[in-house]
Amino acid sequence: MLYREAGEFRTSYPDDSQTFPIAFDKFRYYAILAVLFVGVPFIVNDYWANAVLVPVLVWSIAALGLNILTGYCGQISLGTGGFMAVGAYSCYKLMTAFPDLNVVFCIFLSGFVTALVGIVFGVPSLRIKGFYLAVATLAAQFFLVWLFNGVPWFYNYSASGQITVPERTVFGIAVTGPYTEPWAKYLICMFFVFVLAWLARNLTRSSVGRSWMAIRDMDIAAEIIGVNPLKAKLQAFAVSSFFVGISGALFFSVYLGAVEASEAFGINQSFLVLFMVIIGGLGSIFGSFAGAAFIVLLPVLLKNLLVGRLSWPTDIATNSEFIIVGALIIFFLIVEPHGLAHLARLFKEKLRLWPFPH
Amino acid sequence: MSDKANSEAKPKNGSGEILMELKGISLRFGGVLAISDVSFDIKEGEIRAIIGPNGAGKSSMLNVISGFYHPQEGEIWFRGERRPSMRPHRVAAQGIARTFQNIALFKRMTTLDNIMTGRMTLMKSSFAAQALWWGPAEREETEHREKAERIIDFLGIQAIRKIPVGTLPYGLQKRVELGRALAAEPKLLLLDEPMAGMNVEEKEDMSRFILDVNDEFGTTIALIEHDMGVVMDISDRIVVMDYGKKIGDGRPAEIRNNQHVIDAYLGVAH
Repeated sequence: MLYREAGEFRTSYPDDSQTFPIAFDKFRYYAILAVLFVGVPFIVNDYWANAVLVPVLVWSIAALGLNILTGYCGQISLGTGGFMAVGAYSCYKLMTAFPDLNVVFCIFLSGFVTALVGIVFGVPSLRIKGFYLAVATLAAQFFLVWLFNGVPWFYNYSASGQITVPERTVFGIAVTGPYTEPWAKYLICMFFVFVLAWLARNLTRSSVGRSWMAIRDMDIAAEIIGVNPLKAKLQAFAVSSFFVGISGALFFSVYLGAVEASEAFGINQSFLVLFMVIIGGLGSIFGSFAGAAFIVLLPVLLKNLLVGRLSWPTDIATNSEFIIVGALIIFFLIVEPHGLAHLARLFKEKLRLWPFPH
Repeated sequence: MSDKANSEAKPKNGSGEILMELKGISLRFGGVLAISDVSFDIKEGEIRAIIGPNGAGKSSMLNVISGFYHPQEGEIWFRGERRPSMRPHRVAAQGIARTFQNIALFKRMTTLDNIMTGRMTLMKSSFAAQALWWGPAEREETEHREKAERIIDFLGIQAIRKIPVGTLPYGLQKRVELGRALAAEPKLLLLDEPMAGMNVEEKEDMSRFILDVNDEFGTTIALIEHDMGVVMDISDRIVVMDYGKKIGDGRPAEIRNNQHVIDAYLGVAH
């Protein structure tokens, strides 16, 4: 009875199709936004920004992107790492080729570049489905990483083969490079997360999103009622890659500052994002955030607990970390195969009736 | 239903303009001849039934009409124009909607979303406008929601509006599927065994919906059904198929007395 919907009357269709139709939800959302945008930047320190907030935000964008493709459109992709690399390298090329261009535009543009690449690698999805498609996207993963390692033009012929982000400012405040304040890093990521989550929500509640979900649930029926499968699938690949590309660009420019393609964007990252989406909840925007937070924060939390509190030796702690994270992932998948988002929904149902069982 | 049976004389049904004409359709799968030289027409505003024993080629016929199969021979004329071979989603855009023998709903989507998806071909706002939830896109969404709600009212499924259809009982799923097809405001509605697996009351409900759709919206309906009672009661004209061939075509009373049809259903003494 803490959370109630009684007394909420929606008398028009626009009211009913809001993201948060219930007043309590809406105010809570505004409150969280206010805290995230206005409160957190004042208190965030280097550790919190670099170890917790920025990685969660960057990975959330990647998870959102993959969730659009896999969760909403039903196309499995193992090329996420490769697409993040496209975002990172195009961001690097744009930043070095056009030093006067605002970095925010650079990041958005790298999203568009990745979207184009995504469309190209999405073409096989028109013919193949499921696991076979996953294997086809795996080709994208290996090809793209090989490309960025093998063609020196992409890393501007640097001796180390790495790309290092140049210093750039927004409104006179450094957001990339070694002298960036933690709060600036955090805020720029927050900005992208906010804009992209809003776009994702709009797309998934309108007819584009419905065409994706129709393809996911029953592709033959979708085509019979007028969904063009070519358009819907390629759109999903484009939008998904756009998100993933921006995530890669931020990962490189804001979070790490210097990357090397095979290390930063290997197959591991593809799996990591897939795990986030599956654990968070397929076909849920909240789930993307929850999954990213779970995967990124769990090791941090365990490390603090094992090394910091229980003062285990670092090597044992590191190895146990893997075991515990793995076990927890399995535990969660068994207990709630529909992901954290579904768990949250169940919790809400319970809360609605609390303290009564029915 | 009986009022309809008597209304065969009603001038509207079965005597209108020809909406769709199928001429000499033959469909082969490798060496198997699924449909062999079948011709018939569907007139504006009528309820046209296609019947026949199992494996007669009825569903294949429906799949030909909805563009899912492309016949090797024959012509399809729709609204006075010859229809070139086209993909199903283009057929849908021309105003042909259908339901499936085994329910083919989008199981994880809500009833409302399923019906809204049925209006896919009617929604015009651009990708960018939808991404930004820009004025026109939001207005369009609301307009179409109103239309979708009218169908929800018509089918009496208000209570399950926001429930994922995968969790609904069979009868309701059939109803939602009809709603999704109706949402497209089709010129021609194809129903593949709309009453399969239903009990008597559900069949009566479904028959009533089909007649109401035909009466109120003037939608032309072509349906496949095995329940002879229902078919004889609600349809204006019937095509009978057996082994891929057309063996009868006419009003229910004529079909009932057609010797070929009786032979096909009851067998012939040798």
